[in-house]
Amino acid sequence: MEASRKIELETIATKCRADALAMVRSAHSGHLGGSLSVMDLLTVLYFDVMNIDPEKPHDPHRDRCVLSKGHCTPAMYSILSRRGYFPRAWLSNFRQIDSVLSGHVEMTKVPGVDMSAGSLGQGLSAGLGMALASRVDGGKYRVYAICGDGEIQEGQIWEAAQAASHYAVDNLTVFIDNNGIQLDGFTEQIGGASNAAAKFSAFGWHTTEIDGHDMESIEKALEEAWSISGKPSVIVANTVKGKGISFMENNPKWHGNVPTEDEFEIAFKELDDRLAELGASWEGWAR
Amino acid sequence: MKKVSTREIYGRTLCELGDRDDSVVVVDADLSLCTMTCYFAGKHPERFFNVGISEANMVGVGAGLAATGKTVFVNSFAMFTAGRAYDQIRNSVCYPHLNVKVVGTHAGLTVGEDGATHQCVEDMSLMRTVPGMTVIVPCDAEETRQAVYAMADYNGPCYFRLGRAPVSNVVDSLPGYKFEIGKAVTVKEGTDVTVIAAGTMVEVALEASSALKVKGINARVINMHTIKPIDRNAILSAARETGAIVTAEEHNVIGGLGSAVSEVIVESDTRVPVVRVGVQDVFGHSAPAEVCMAAYGLTSDRVAQAVQQAIAMR
Repeated sequence: MEASRKIELETIATKCRADALAMVRSAHSGHLGGSLSVMDLLTVLYFDVMNIDPEKPHDPHRDRCVLSKGHCTPAMYSILSRRGYFPRAWLSNFRQIDSVLSGHVEMTKVPGVDMSAGSLGQGLSAGLGMALASRVDGGKYRVYAICGDGEIQEGQIWEAAQAASHYAVDNLTVFIDNNGIQLDGFTEQIGGASNAAAKFSAFGWHTTEIDGHDMESIEKALEEAWSISGKPSVIVANTVKGKGISFMENNPKWHGNVPTEDEFEIAFKELDDRLAELGASWEGWAR
Repeated sequence: MKKVSTREIYGRTLCELGDRDDSVVVVDADLSLCTMTCYFAGKHPERFFNVGISEANMVGVGAGLAATGKTVFVNSFAMFTAGRAYDQIRNSVCYPHLNVKVVGTHAGLTVGEDGATHQCVEDMSLMRTVPGMTVIVPCDAEETRQAVYAMADYNGPCYFRLGRAPVSNVVDSLPGYKFEIGKAVTVKEGTDVTVIAAGTMVEVALEASSALKVKGINARVINMHTIKPIDRNAILSAARETGAIVTAEEHNVIGGLGSAVSEVIVESDTRVPVVRVGVQDVFGHSAPAEVCMAAYGLTSDRVAQAVQQAIAMR
């Protein structure tokens, strides 16, 4: 990945982090921690690798992405809006009665969403269904699914993992957003160590483990996944919950809590500083 | 004519549907020899996926397939689709209103010897309360055949309730019978009382009607093959014209056909007595199908008795 491209993607992710904060600020609710940890993965998918066209959100040949950790709408909707699927103005009405942007991703209402999700553990099966459909239709598209490391405590994930391996769907690539934290605390203390790579490997998957905040590593891991034939791939992306906001990082408190106004100011300031570091500005982007 | 189970004719029709429509994809969870999707699997292996014993995953896979535009049938026993995969049906299928037909075979007590763990008597109740779900319970082979095509023509989620045991032909006696989702069928005219039945109980209701005739009671029999959306007009006409209603279902009396009919009646200006025949909020038991039906009061005698109760309450 060229250095300039990397900076470009990091700039997008930083701006989307600010969007996510603004959404939660306006709604007085929403899931920031996991949205901030998954943001770089979504940035690479939607701005770098996926074969998609915001003008044609229902193109049957498009790549698909299932955000199985469906509560991370502050990330997903920021990304989709910035990518051109719908107006930015929608974001300020997040989680309101007259808004199409709900707490969890919705395919029927929001352009660019390929699968509704919310009840944890269900998205991998849907991704598998899409990958099988691609096969039935002659292998026209790739399918991505993103699960949380807490989410993979759900049994249905392993039903899907087994079936995906059985059907050898090499057009299915799954990210585990391995941020180590779930609602009630550190994942290791609640559900035990996720050992995601070892578990998926035992289920017959190709596995890679990367820094989930390094754009280049994410892209490389995806290229590696595409090169694997005869099995699905999982990319265990080691991430930091609350990534990019110092007081939120790696703190279980920020799974679903809403910052105070003072905290929001600190958070926005940190993102402004990060943009300056990247040599970027808010030009053309309302904050 | 020979008795045939609704699951058998379902399997054969599904295969035929697959011949005509290559958007049809079928998913099963290791019961294809029981749900009879084996016929489709044999003929269209490239569009059949057996995901193993994982019903939650099966429904999710079906949702994913449907999200790409496929017409999907997911299959297991009623207990393991409507029962086990309720959350997946609700959130992955119905909430996004995907074109998935959830098939629950071996529904009700007529599973027989396998006993209570497999005798699902709550599936209609569970499926009926999910917004956007259509619930269909065919009573015989011909109705099953037509319903499969009707569901394929309808773009949205359906729950299709089928039985294990062979059943008699019922709708064959109706000339030019045409199944329509949400449109109840009067299988026998009558003026004194109406028995509204579904599935296996339509035949039982007809037997009761014949027995009642001898006693001078003309019982109308309605085949309510669609539990949701329920045919309000058929129910209200029956209430107005016959003045008393009995419902009959191989299902818990809570939440299924009897509840659906009662809801229509109490919200109307035609308040007539309704007596519900069905499983009285208890689990089933291992025994041959017909023994189970008798043990839990799903008989023509019980329906006839309920008719007399309803008339007396009028």
